[in-house]
Amino acid sequence: MIMFFSSPSDVKNNGHRRFFPYCHIILIPRGVSGHESGGITTFFARRFHHVTDHSCAIIMGSGDSTLSKIPNVEELMEETGFSPAHVVRLYERFQALDKSKKGQLSRKDFESIKELATNPIRDRIIGAFFAQGQEMVDFHTFVRILAHFRPVDKNRPKKANMQEPVNSRTSKLRFAFQLYDQDNDGKISRNELLQVLRTMLEMQVTDEQLESIADRTIQEADLDGDNAISFDEFRKSLEKVNIDHKMSIRFLR
Amino acid sequence: MRSLALLVLAAAVGEAAALGAAPARAPAAASLRPAREDAEEAVAVAVAVALPRSADPAAVEAAGDEAHGDASSHHQHGGGYKIVQWEWSYVQTPYIIAIWILVASVAKILFHFSQRVTTVVPESCLLILLGLVLGGVVLIASKKQLYQLDPGLFFLFLLPTIVGDAGYFMPSRLFFDNLGAILMYAVVGTLWNAFCTGFCLYGMKLAGVIGELFLLFGALISAVDPVAVLAVFEEVHVNETLFIIVFGESLLNDAVTVVLYKVYISFVEVGPGNVQTADYFKGVASFLIVSIGGTMVGLIFAVILAFITRFTKRVRIIEPLFVFLLVYLAYLTAELFSLSAILSMTFCGIGTKKYVEANISQKSRTTVKYTMKTLASIAETIIFIFLGISAVDKSKWAWDTGLISCTLIFIFVFRALGVVGQTWVLNWFRLVPLEKIDQVVMSYGGLRGAVAFALVVLLDGKQVKAKDYFVATTIVVVFFTVMFQGLTIKPLVKWLKVPRSTNRKPTLNEEIHERAFDHILAAVEDIAGLNGYHHWRDKWEQFDKNYLSKLLMRKSVYHKGELWEVYQKINIRDAISVIDQGGNVLTSARLSLPSMASRTSFSDVTNVTSYLRENGSGVCLDLQVIDPVSGGKLEEETETHHLLTGNLYKPRRRYHAHYSRHFMTMGDKERQDREVFQRNMRSRLESFKSTRYKGKTRALVPIDPVVAPLESEEEKSEDEPEKDDDVGITFFDVYLACCCLTSIAVPGTLEVCQSPAVIPPSPTCAEKHLPWKGGGGTLPVCVSMETTKIIPIDLQQAWNQSISSLESLASPPAPAEPQHPRVRTLVSEPFTDVHYSCKNMTKKIYKTSMLNCNLGFTYFYTCTTCVFLPHA
Repeated sequence: MIMFFSSPSDVKNNGHRRFFPYCHIILIPRGVSGHESGGITTFFARRFHHVTDHSCAIIMGSGDSTLSKIPNVEELMEETGFSPAHVVRLYERFQALDKSKKGQLSRKDFESIKELATNPIRDRIIGAFFAQGQEMVDFHTFVRILAHFRPVDKNRPKKANMQEPVNSRTSKLRFAFQLYDQDNDGKISRNELLQVLRTMLEMQVTDEQLESIADRTIQEADLDGDNAISFDEFRKSLEKVNIDHKMSIRFLR
Repeated sequence: MRSLALLVLAAAVGEAAALGAAPARAPAAASLRPAREDAEEAVAVAVAVALPRSADPAAVEAAGDEAHGDASSHHQHGGGYKIVQWEWSYVQTPYIIAIWILVASVAKILFHFSQRVTTVVPESCLLILLGLVLGGVVLIASKKQLYQLDPGLFFLFLLPTIVGDAGYFMPSRLFFDNLGAILMYAVVGTLWNAFCTGFCLYGMKLAGVIGELFLLFGALISAVDPVAVLAVFEEVHVNETLFIIVFGESLLNDAVTVVLYKVYISFVEVGPGNVQTADYFKGVASFLIVSIGGTMVGLIFAVILAFITRFTKRVRIIEPLFVFLLVYLAYLTAELFSLSAILSMTFCGIGTKKYVEANISQKSRTTVKYTMKTLASIAETIIFIFLGISAVDKSKWAWDTGLISCTLIFIFVFRALGVVGQTWVLNWFRLVPLEKIDQVVMSYGGLRGAVAFALVVLLDGKQVKAKDYFVATTIVVVFFTVMFQGLTIKPLVKWLKVPRSTNRKPTLNEEIHERAFDHILAAVEDIAGLNGYHHWRDKWEQFDKNYLSKLLMRKSVYHKGELWEVYQKINIRDAISVIDQGGNVLTSARLSLPSMASRTSFSDVTNVTSYLRENGSGVCLDLQVIDPVSGGKLEEETETHHLLTGNLYKPRRRYHAHYSRHFMTMGDKERQDREVFQRNMRSRLESFKSTRYKGKTRALVPIDPVVAPLESEEEKSEDEPEKDDDVGITFFDVYLACCCLTSIAVPGTLEVCQSPAVIPPSPTCAEKHLPWKGGGGTLPVCVSMETTKIIPIDLQQAWNQSISSLESLASPPAPAEPQHPRVRTLVSEPFTDVHYSCKNMTKKIYKTSMLNCNLGFTYFYTCTTCVFLPHA
């Protein structure tokens, strides 16, 4: 039997759901080996994603050493807002993707994901994981990129000197913007927009249709008349869209 | 209101009585006995459809006499001819129905006279009140309640119209995004409500309150009603998520209600003592079959419907019919197998919409939309009126204060508890948790309505002894929820500051970016190894694209991008809004298109719109000329018409408006139109040449190739070239309209540019159809609504043209962009020239042309009115 407690002050108020916030008692039948119990505790940790670092340490101490394998894990969680359970899950995924077992992912690793094959903007999204000039992605970057899509947590206390969280509206938009803006000049030019449209619509429309769509789009969003969409214009054109909803996914625990 | 009611009475009852007496001649009692019975029977049947609970003896008597009289007169005169015959019994049923619908519709109009009343009081409340008044009048007049909400009529005709509309126009994306929550509330919530209300009422009974069979009652009173929810929530405008959850729940809980109701009824029939454990499992199995079976029936019909509409190319005129028929058949079929009819219809609508809308023509789309909305609206009105009327009759219900107050309290409390509990569970799984205020609105929005009432009326009074009490309670509950809660929910929503829906159509930017977001999210889920919602949605879309759409959509439509459709729709919307802004587009110096909502100010002078605005003062002069304010209007118009007649294109062959039941095409005209068009372009070009050196004067109309609908291209690629009616008309109207407009703007031309070289364009087909064009020499002086509306747009165009002509002076002609083949075939040589000069439009000009493109669609609408109304 494992019991782990966390004092009220420990409870990170990062979620909207708190399930028995102060005490977790998990019964594990005797005779379950360390590894298995680790699995079970991880399972429970996933259920209670707000489990604090402290109590998490207890879980980990009981057999699962996934978290401890990751360097600077606390920092990472602090930065991205992922719970330990999330991080563990993502780490497992990362390792599954990492065919070469070097602790880094290459473009090939991403491209080998079967489900992605049909996604029209696959290359752009994969490209978003690689910083300029970089060939490989380590786990921290991997998590940081995915953290863009974490839902915004409303009651997370704002720290005074903290920089903008990676899952804020602006950074979500910035991420999407950069998928369009391939040459990184801070503007979506007509050509860049056309490329995206072409990949998204595939062969369904003719070029002139695409062009008129693109022109119309730019015309609509373009406020300063430079025939391109800057980030501000991009943000303005999506002012009425609930980005927090549309650019978030529910990370399983 | 009262006079209205009396009118109805006069029609429905009085006439029968008064006039029935007149033809009562020569009653040969013995020989007429059978005839009389027949007549009575016929009348009884007829009246039964028209909902009188017990046919008014006077009316039946009268009708019987009348039929009898007719019969006897035939007998007596041996078929002697009667000049006028009174055939009331023959027309009675449809007559009464029509009168009722008329009353309902007129009532609606009257309510909306007073803006203040309808903003505060929901229409459903007013309708119920009206029903109460009408019921009272009928009761006083005939001493008996003639009309009542008949369950058969309700379930077979009224409910399907509303559900069909709801299902077909259900925002499917939103629905499936929230499907989990909807199902939860619909199934668990309804069960919870039913059992808790039932058991608590049972407990109250034990404590001494009268009653029995409370579980049954709990089942029928617990379901949130789609009709009531729609009626109330449509006026409240809460945000879409909230609306779709409450509304979706009200639709999908049908299966639960149906099963619970049937199970309890069968228990009642068998007798509570004989119920075995197996029966409970049967109940569960029945629930699964009813719900899943209903859904499957709906989906099967959805596929059939979509498949049928793939092949309606040549019978466009009956396209809307297929939609109504198959959706209704889905309902009836489900009802036939005693599956959940509402589920069936809803899913049929949701499932089929995408393909049907893609397959059928624009006009059919509009027809489907309007007919569905009209039917649903009128059905809703009738339902509420009849709810009011049914409540007046005291003979059928028995009041029990204890039962009623307990039911009201329990319903409210358990709804709130259920919502809070389920939301708590749901929020574990939802990306966007439901907030506390959402929960309050959801609890408060649990309205009961006509479905509960119809079910309770259906109860068998012999088996369910407390039926009268149940009826009374149901009526009170329905009235309370619809009237009190319906009345207070608006202030509540305001007070709680529930996010409202903006009722804003997405801009093209939003459409494109949201599509991109979907792809991004699906990709991220795949990368993160989560098989979440987006993953499955993506999978479904792949499947849909690769198989379903291929099967259910026309080839031509399938190969067309959805985004392109959206683009066209946005253009049309802009065009309509330009029209709606009417004459003050330019005078008020603000041209705001809905899709440009984000654009708050036209700061830059390079912007065409602002350029237009700055230079708009000259244009305003034009407008003044035509403005009715000036006394010279009549004069101007006379001048216009003289000018027009002088320069009108005289068609070589007058063609006759021919009538066809199957087509609304303009077939024969095509050639002639083309000629008109070419002539126009030629004259336009001449005028362009002559004005291009005169600075800012009007020149050519740069017809944007985009305007031309591109559908025909794909159509051509099919076996045989065939014309999509709509496409032809749209295209036709685009150029037609240009001509039409320019011709109307002639006086302006004369005023401002004084250029004799501006040759007034030749006439257009629209003109040929305009009523005052028919008479050749005599020209009644009038300007139709359309023309006055259009003029400013044309003036804008004039400016665009002048700008483009300036531009074309500055730069050499650039090679023309690839045009649409259809345009190319239609465009005569001079036009191509013109086109060249338009083609080197700079960005500015491009925008202008985009504007023109919008305008092109504007023309479509105005011209359809011009062209089609005379035909109709």
